[in-house]
Amino acid sequence: MQTSASAGIGAHGAVYDDDIVKKFLIATVAWGVVGMLVGVIIALQLAWWPANLGLPWTTFGRLRPLHTNAVIFAFAGNICFTGIYYSMQRLLKTRMWSDALSKIHFWGWQLIIVSAAVTFPLGLTQSREYAELIWPIDIAITLIWVVFAINFFGTIAIRNVKHIYVAIWFYMSFVITIAVLHIVNNLAVPATFLRSYPVYSGMTDALVQWWYGHNAVGFFLTTPFLGLMYYFLPKAAERPIYSYRLSIIHFWGLIFLYIWAGPHHLLYSGLPDWAQTLGMVFSIMLLAPSWGGMLNGLLTLRGAWERVRTDPVLKFMVVAVSFYGMSTFEGPMMSIRGVNGLAHFTNWVIGHVHSGALGWNGMMTFGVLYWLVPRLWNKPLARPAMATQHFWLATIGIVLYTVAMWAAGLMEGLQWRAIGDGGQLANPIFIDIVHRLEPFYWLRLLGGFLYLVGAVMAAYNFWKTIRGPESLSTDVAAPVPAT
Amino acid sequence: MADETKHHGSEKKYGQFHRRVFEANAVNFAVWATIAILIGGIVEIVPMFTPAGPEISPDVTPYTALEVAGRDIYVSEGCYLCHSQWVRPMRAEILRYGPWSRAWEYQYDRPFQLGSRRIGPDLHRVGNKYPDAWHYEHMRDPRSTSPGSIMPSYAWLLTKRIDPADVEASMVALRKTGTPYSDEEIASVEQSLAAQGGEIVGRLQVAGIESEPDRAIVALIAYLQRLGVDGRAALQKRGVEY
Repeated sequence: MQTSASAGIGAHGAVYDDDIVKKFLIATVAWGVVGMLVGVIIALQLAWWPANLGLPWTTFGRLRPLHTNAVIFAFAGNICFTGIYYSMQRLLKTRMWSDALSKIHFWGWQLIIVSAAVTFPLGLTQSREYAELIWPIDIAITLIWVVFAINFFGTIAIRNVKHIYVAIWFYMSFVITIAVLHIVNNLAVPATFLRSYPVYSGMTDALVQWWYGHNAVGFFLTTPFLGLMYYFLPKAAERPIYSYRLSIIHFWGLIFLYIWAGPHHLLYSGLPDWAQTLGMVFSIMLLAPSWGGMLNGLLTLRGAWERVRTDPVLKFMVVAVSFYGMSTFEGPMMSIRGVNGLAHFTNWVIGHVHSGALGWNGMMTFGVLYWLVPRLWNKPLARPAMATQHFWLATIGIVLYTVAMWAAGLMEGLQWRAIGDGGQLANPIFIDIVHRLEPFYWLRLLGGFLYLVGAVMAAYNFWKTIRGPESLSTDVAAPVPAT
Repeated sequence: MADETKHHGSEKKYGQFHRRVFEANAVNFAVWATIAILIGGIVEIVPMFTPAGPEISPDVTPYTALEVAGRDIYVSEGCYLCHSQWVRPMRAEILRYGPWSRAWEYQYDRPFQLGSRRIGPDLHRVGNKYPDAWHYEHMRDPRSTSPGSIMPSYAWLLTKRIDPADVEASMVALRKTGTPYSDEEIASVEQSLAAQGGEIVGRLQVAGIESEPDRAIVALIAYLQRLGVDGRAALQKRGVEY
């Protein structure tokens, strides 16, 4: 058996595979920086068009999918796998079912990300948001997902505890639902090796895509992250989860309701009215289980709030869960038909997704990373003060970003629809409104840049930690408890 | 620690059921979770293939070979990331863009291009709005036709060529998905491309622009000039104003 520092030993004597956790962790940090950098570049392109560089490979239209896919599947995806491989071994008190499958999963996933980074700038895309990857890569994703799922359920099958903890319920919904969404949304007839056409057409195609698109948010950016919250937040706070009962109700409520919400992306479209209304109603109902999760997270901190002042891990996690609450309030509101009439197509939507992505996913990721790195490498964090500085930079960055996008979105939404006294458009020249957005685009760029700087500081901090001297005291990076 | 949550009172009874039925039985858990996540999608998506789904209309015809090639460019360049093809039934949108978009207008759209963001204006009624030469100049340098535009230049489309074999492969695949292309249409892709491309090149020539029928820009112009045209004509035929 492995005896290196990369193997954690649990209470039952199970030797955990922490090598795979480290791999996914490093990939998370590296892709996170890349994905956010591309985000900053495309933000600059909106504020200053010459940044498109006049080259086919660097236009906004080709780079935006690279940004969204990198932050969703490379940054967020890799932290989900990091957290899952770390926590499920400990929660189930067993090593992963197959180290070989773990490795295939890791390298396969990174290869898929690299293929995305090559194909998007070349203009190879299916144009389905967050499912832009062309069909051969979609098949690779399917195969790698099956490898992951076999290893995941295999590990559950050989578990040494009877009951399955709530974090794993959420991971399970992630593994199952992403498989269903990915396959159904990508059904297509290939024309060439690089191009295919979907089996659905028109509004049906739009519905299938937004059923996928919204549930990519639900089951790639929400449920696995709630799983991370349910494992790492109690660990960091050293408090048990507030309510077991609440976790049951909000888990089943969330996974059942989420899947209906897709049509809120198609309000006021040619989609049949009954489907639009279902999407709106279920989106509003989704507020309840979402806030159930937020409350269970925040209330877990009761009795530990004074530690939030000093512990950067808890700072990141508290802000993450708070942003989860905020964006899951904002989302249902934006799904109300009348509100959507104003918000849709505007920067408000971009602000909304970034309060979720930067606030909830990003901050939770960094919280988990700052907690994990010292424990995995058994060394104290090299620059604890820098972690707190990162926290403040990131928080200020998110606030600048979302405030700029709210203002820009409301402004353009109102100016597009404004009718003058004579019954004609008050702003008939579209480009005039585009120009009024420019200050907000610069402000958003600043916010995103601060967030990126914070991520680079984290990468530096982790690098110094990993390369630093072995820990002399055992209390800084205490041996990891079994669960 | 985390999984050893202490619970009490009514929570205990409720929790015991969940512990016994779901948490202790992974297969049970996975099956019920799968059922829970399938219901919404089935209820919403399956009826789309019945009369309760989007309306279809014989007034809309499939894209021509050149328009298919142009549409591929539109998809490839990610135009949908800044431009919607979706006029909503709202007064200001009808004033700005034209009649609101009907479901049946999209019936041959694979993949759909409704878009989700309007960094630039909606394009669903852009067909026949501007001359071909306007589009040519606009793609070469957006600021030459739209002063102050923040759109990137797509000058490389002026020289890039389209491959008839590639377009034919697209049409064969589209036919497999259900687009009603006839055998003749598939067999005459090359002639069709040359004929429609030639018309556009002719109109460009009148405006003093030299191009060739197999240029990517010509295909893209063909597609853009088709947008919303069938729908507009059908609505006029029905006597619907907007």
